Amino acid sequence: MSKYSVSEKGFYGDFGGAYIPELLFPNVEELRQNYKQIIGTDDFQNQFKSLLKDYVGRPTPLYLAENLSEKYKTKIYLKREDLCHTGAHKINNTVGQILLAKALGKRRIIAETGAGQHGVATATVCALMGLECIVYMGAVDIERQAPNVARMKMLGATVVPATSGSKTLKDATNEAIRDWINHPKDTHYIIGSVVGPHPYPDMVTQLQSVISKEVKAQMLEKEGRELPDYVIACVGGGSNAAGLFADFMDHEDVGIIGVEASGKGVDTTESAATTILGREGIIHGSKTLLMQNTDGQITEPYSISAGLDYPGIGPLHAHLFKTGRGKFVSITDAEAMEAGLELSRMEGIIPAIETAHAFAIFKYLEFKEDDVLVFNCSGRGDKDLETYRKYFGY
Amino acid sequence: MNRINQALAQDKKLISIYFTAGYPELEDTTEVIKRLADAGTDVIEIGLPYSDPLADGPVIQKSSEQALRNGMSTRKLFQQLQGIRDTVDIPLIVMGYFNAMLQFGVEDFCKACEAIGIDGIIMPDLPIDIFERDYKALFETHGLKFVPLITPETSEERIKTIDELGDSFVYMVSSSSTTGGEQGFGEEAMSYFKRISDMNLNNSLMVGFGIKDAFSFEQASRFTSGCIIGSEFIRRLTNAGMEGIAPFIKSLK
Ligand SMILES: Cc1ncc(COP(=O)(O)O)c(C=O)c1O
Repeated sequence: MSKYSVSEKGFYGDFGGAYIPELLFPNVEELRQNYKQIIGTDDFQNQFKSLLKDYVGRPTPLYLAENLSEKYKTKIYLKREDLCHTGAHKINNTVGQILLAKALGKRRIIAETGAGQHGVATATVCALMGLECIVYMGAVDIERQAPNVARMKMLGATVVPATSGSKTLKDATNEAIRDWINHPKDTHYIIGSVVGPHPYPDMVTQLQSVISKEVKAQMLEKEGRELPDYVIACVGGGSNAAGLFADFMDHEDVGIIGVEASGKGVDTTESAATTILGREGIIHGSKTLLMQNTDGQITEPYSISAGLDYPGIGPLHAHLFKTGRGKFVSITDAEAMEAGLELSRMEGIIPAIETAHAFAIFKYLEFKEDDVLVFNCSGRGDKDLETYRKYFGY
Repeated sequence: MNRINQALAQDKKLISIYFTAGYPELEDTTEVIKRLADAGTDVIEIGLPYSDPLADGPVIQKSSEQALRNGMSTRKLFQQLQGIRDTVDIPLIVMGYFNAMLQFGVEDFCKACEAIGIDGIIMPDLPIDIFERDYKALFETHGLKFVPLITPETSEERIKTIDELGDSFVYMVSSSSTTGGEQGFGEEAMSYFKRISDMNLNNSLMVGFGIKDAFSFEQASRFTSGCIIGSEFIRRLTNAGMEGIAPFIKSLK
């Protein structure tokens, strides 16, 4: 058992667990009892691998970004999750969970989405498998992410606006959970990140860990060694980060860097830098770090990127942070936008704004010339063109 | 004897009302409690509003949002309830979400409840295994009954485990749903009420979710000790104000 994997009861150190209403217990318990066994079967593994290869387009390349490497005087690789079908790492998880839902005999799929990436990835696999798909999305996000709403509808999903609270990702998640309470038998909830009650954080980490496994093999091929010196990823809930970190966490000499969105700055009220602004508490059934007031009311985060606009982080990341195993850096809107522009101009890769946050760390961290860094290039910028355009005035 | 158990020992079907503290106006909390008690309510559940009430439907969500906007907080609620026992002697239960309790400090929360004269606590998202391991002794020290929930999907084995944890009543959720759904109970619900009643648990049973009027009240209390009404009460309070409280309680009898 590794120091950083989940315990039998669903905890990562002090964090995790399943703080759920009894109303949700049967649903979560069914999943808890079955997920490991189902994921472990040859049948599941064969289908999962085959879909990842032929449908998603894996393995994604590990690309040596020479121009960026030269500028920052260190060796920079990009794990190209942006080249996945639908444009982000999110689909690794939805492919896995849809197979799981089928194995459990579910007919109806629900999901939450912020930017719409996870919603699109869910609608995509539902179309593929012929399952009903309902995506909850904050009314505010529906307005600011119109192209992804259209994609989901074209794929046959029903998009339901979440009109409670602040009408963004956290409220969409609440609505999805309520839907699941109301449909305890025929429905599977595909959570989009390493958040929520146990077993979700572990399950989503396992499904995303394909990223880590590929990096190891590709490192061996390109560098003659499996382990990079640093693995770096942006953290919203933390699924692309967990996927990249998974197989490196136990190798203490691999540096782990999570990059959070500080929005307009951690000293403003408009931020999403959970490790700095958060305290231990419970959100969406998980004990973790989250942004809240002294009363425990969850506060609304802010980031220019809808995908990092979440008031918590997955319990694995809270554990990595608390134990000091992971280093967390926070990046403002402005720094992320500049880093996104730089990656576009220097490497010809327009990243998602979430992803761009990771590439802004050079302002805060120094690396040696012979260090090998692997960045998770978690998604492409197509969905963000409008935001980039407005920001830079193109 | 704890007031909840005294109430349950009576030979009648108990009317229990849930309302959101600090709603419609911040300072309405004690007024609502007094009017409910005067009108003959048997048990009151004082809802501590939460930003993310996962188990609640739209009506309670809205009242919670409004109460928070009004400035309701854990401290404020405990302040408002100071001295409530001078005028109200029916059982009072605090219902909220676990994060609010955790941030206040679970022990401090229990102490504050005891000092006020609160009789029990309902925390839908405090799982029973964690309650038992970490907090059961604390609740007992402060004379607070822990009221667990069950649903039609809860297995008999788990119901027996749950029954061991409390010694007042089990909150039977009428159907698998968030609060505020349904209209009258069908055969399936009725047979569920009877099935659980036939288990002869140590705890009494109270049914909640989906009770609106004398008809659904009679149905849901036929095999149990009574019912908990939340969304419908808040709807009435919103529409008819304080003056609507007494007539609504009378209409259930
Ligand atoms: C491209 C991309 N990267 C990162 C994220 C953040 O999610 P997570 O932290 O779970 O990887 C999102 C979420 O929408 C995303 O679309």
